[in-house]
Amino acid sequence: MSDNTLYPGLNLGDSHGEAHVGAETTVFGFWVFVMSDLIIFGILFAAYASYLDPLGLAGAPGPKDLFDIRSVAIQTGLLLLGGTAYGGVSLSVKYNCSRARVLGWLAVCAALGAGFLFFEIKDFVSQAGEGGVPQASGWLSSYWALVGLHGVHVSSGIVWIIAMMGQIVWRGIDDAVKIRLSMLGVFWHFLDLVWIGIFSFVFLVPLA
Amino acid sequence: MTRTTSPIFGRLDWSVTPYTDLLRKVDSNSLVGAGAATVLVLGAIVTIALITWKKWWGPLFKDWLTSPDAKKIGIMYIVLGLVMMARGIAEGFVMRTHQTTALGTLAEPEKGLVAPEHFSQLFSTHGTIMIFFVAMPLLIGLINFVLPQQLGARDMAFPVLNQVSLGLTAAGAGLVMISLLIGKFGTGGWTMYPPYTGITYSPGEGVDYWVWAILISGLGSTLTGMNFAVTIFKNRAPGMEFMRMPLFCWTSLCVAIMLIYAMPALTVSSAMLALDRYAGFRFFANDGGGNMMNYANIFWMFGHPEVYILILPAFGVFSEISSTFSGKKLYGYTSLVIASMSIAVISFTVWLHHFFTMGQSAGVNIAFGIATMIIAIPTGVKIYDWMATMWRGRVRLTTPIVYLTGFFLLFVIGGLSGIILANPSIDYQVHNTTFLVAHFHNVIIPGTLFGMLAGIHYWYPKAFGYRLDETWGRRTALLFVAGFMLTFLPLYVLGLMGLPRRSPTFQNPAFMPWMIVAEVGACLMLAALASLFWTFRTSFKNRTKLAVPGGDPWNGATLEWSTPAPVPEWTFPCIPEVTARDDWGETKRAGDPWRAPDTYSDIEMPANTLHGLLIAAASFGLGFAMVWHIWWLAIVSFLAIPGIMAVRGMREIEPKIIPASQVREEDRKFRERVASLTPVTRADEASERNQGVPDLSEFAG
Ligand code: HEM
Ligand SMILES: [Cu+2]
Repeated sequence: MSDNTLYPGLNLGDSHGEAHVGAETTVFGFWVFVMSDLIIFGILFAAYASYLDPLGLAGAPGPKDLFDIRSVAIQTGLLLLGGTAYGGVSLSVKYNCSRARVLGWLAVCAALGAGFLFFEIKDFVSQAGEGGVPQASGWLSSYWALVGLHGVHVSSGIVWIIAMMGQIVWRGIDDAVKIRLSMLGVFWHFLDLVWIGIFSFVFLVPLA
Repeated sequence: MTRTTSPIFGRLDWSVTPYTDLLRKVDSNSLVGAGAATVLVLGAIVTIALITWKKWWGPLFKDWLTSPDAKKIGIMYIVLGLVMMARGIAEGFVMRTHQTTALGTLAEPEKGLVAPEHFSQLFSTHGTIMIFFVAMPLLIGLINFVLPQQLGARDMAFPVLNQVSLGLTAAGAGLVMISLLIGKFGTGGWTMYPPYTGITYSPGEGVDYWVWAILISGLGSTLTGMNFAVTIFKNRAPGMEFMRMPLFCWTSLCVAIMLIYAMPALTVSSAMLALDRYAGFRFFANDGGGNMMNYANIFWMFGHPEVYILILPAFGVFSEISSTFSGKKLYGYTSLVIASMSIAVISFTVWLHHFFTMGQSAGVNIAFGIATMIIAIPTGVKIYDWMATMWRGRVRLTTPIVYLTGFFLLFVIGGLSGIILANPSIDYQVHNTTFLVAHFHNVIIPGTLFGMLAGIHYWYPKAFGYRLDETWGRRTALLFVAGFMLTFLPLYVLGLMGLPRRSPTFQNPAFMPWMIVAEVGACLMLAALASLFWTFRTSFKNRTKLAVPGGDPWNGATLEWSTPAPVPEWTFPCIPEVTARDDWGETKRAGDPWRAPDTYSDIEMPANTLHGLLIAAASFGLGFAMVWHIWWLAIVSFLAIPGIMAVRGMREIEPKIIPASQVREEDRKFRERVASLTPVTRADEASERNQGVPDLSEFAG
């Protein structure tokens, strides 16, 4: 298989034989899925922008009242570090490192993701306490839906990481597991990408 | 009215069935409601009894429900679509009958067979069913069956995912079906515009049925789109370059791309509506910062591409049959490819024509109006290409060609009325009248429906090994053509006379003559439906006479005709090496197309699995529980889905291996069979002499 047909991103490499070939189709398919998911986020971004005006804010607490940019910065740091940590997983799989190594990196990713969620939920709770509930205005509905959906994605990413750790322990790093780890990588990095959009457009733009 | 929610049964209680209404008050309205529920219940009982009596549960389970084979999945989709179509057409008939009896007077403005509320449910379920559970399953099913065979692939890229998609679609259809018996369906039309469908104006389960049916089946369609796209990109046989793919594959690719990009919009708009209804969000509320226009925009960002998702596979079918049944190469292949792709792309830029009257500036309206008109250009190119394909060909008037002819005549009328509507100033006059109803039925029925029925007729022998009866096939087609014209052409006139769509009643006696014509048409549509089912039945009874074991009954040119009929599970004994466009036709021209491959090897097939069924059951449970606020069931079903996936992930699943010796043996039998059958000429194609081996000297395609 010539190199230019490979899916974008870190490939397993020829030495992985069947897994490398199988990953070609499966991970490509997952890219397509992520593209479709991106449309969902895209529409929610557009909706968020459309509610970000006095009509949509409707006198309820707005960005300036609710956003704690320090906490958002911490979340950003944790999530992006978590994304970087996945590089450890991919490389350990690619270079046939020990199971423990892969499990370790996965655990780091899950922990950083959980840290992100901790701060995000803390923010949600305190915003709700200040009257910033999704029922209060169109803008708040769209804020909760967009950021909340990202949070749901991160949570399911963590569930997926745990499931993969289970599979690694249970069945070892076989071809199917390698391919799934490659897909999980695409997913996990995708969440960073969406977050960068959220960080800039949801938080920075209205505060600017 | 406040309803209590029990922790176990949610909002379910005995008052939710149509029989309760019947007990309360006997009139034509409650009779129709209870009658429909009874048909559903009896239908289910009869089906279950029949399966039990014939001892079909085992085969049904082993050969069908657990099969990840795209061909079988395709057939199951089509069966689902046809069953739902029976309900959809019956509802269309009830609506027409209602309107025919709905002429009110000033003293008594409301009249007719059913109550206004019931009429609203009818057009809402009818529209929802016809679009999501008839047209979509038919086209997705046909693509599933045909696409891998035409590409020279054994299966879809993700067979198990394919099964899951089918399960999700069926779960959605199940929700709409069960709403006949338990509770009511929404009354907001197939578009379910808020704020009317918000919790304030539409409390109760109706809109929720729609929301969950759409969310669940929509996810299935998104996954299907991915599956098709990846199959086309990654699973083509060696040598099957893009510009060698049959046109049906191209239109499938367009459909795949559109599903991937358009379905998410529907998911978002429905999910937002659900959040508004369940959690008090304010996306589409009238006050507090809500904005209904966001719903209209997001919904139609899906909705317009959707109508091209519906029509493009039909265009693919027409490309195949126009060439096959006139014994000529498809005219203007490249232009058809470009036209299909242009339609797919432009269709994302026109959504606003669905609400010209909802307050944008004239400048915005005209931009979208022009974009809409531009789509007519590639569509026109296609029509000319098909006509040129048939020009001076030896056209055989088989059933698919009857559909094609009906399509030519009628679809063009529908397309032209679309251009009329694309002009915002005209749209201001006729929007929301039955002129529009006539327009969209005029493109959907002669386009999508005729296309799918033609396709079913065309590929049926490949699936089951025998042809469909031509006489009954043609009768069905003609009934559909005539029924369509009588039912829907009068609606243009009625619309121009000022009858709003979705009207439960009207007071203008001048409408009556047209109403009666339309009623006659609706009867013909029912007859066409009956005739369609009769076609299946008599053909099944005559299956030995209609058998085409040679596998190539129409002297076709594309790869799927090179295999036996019915096509074996593994499709190709060995993956073909493609050297030309219309590869099978080229092999025919070179002589001796049925030469056996030199070597055979073991074939790996995905093993049967319960996965799709389990996911379907869980998602049906989730939808039903959410509709009735049965929270414990919702939580259980919701958690079951990742649970099922996790369990599958833990297991190592061995593929099914079909040994080379078995493949060789079956293939040898097939080739001997072909050699022993007498080739049939085109003139005899519709007779019993057609056993699936065509006279090669006649091949010109
Ligand atoms: C075969 C016979 C059919 C009959 C007799 C029929 C009849 C009707 C009638 C009476 C309405 C209501 C019109 C109104 O609002 O005044 C309607 C609406 C509709 N029909 Fe059909 N129809 C048929 C087939 C189809 C097919 C095949 C499709 C699509 C695949 C379809 C899609 C729709 C849609 C989307 C609506 C709009 C529902 C709404 O208002 O939300 N129909 N039809
Ligand atoms: Cu449109």
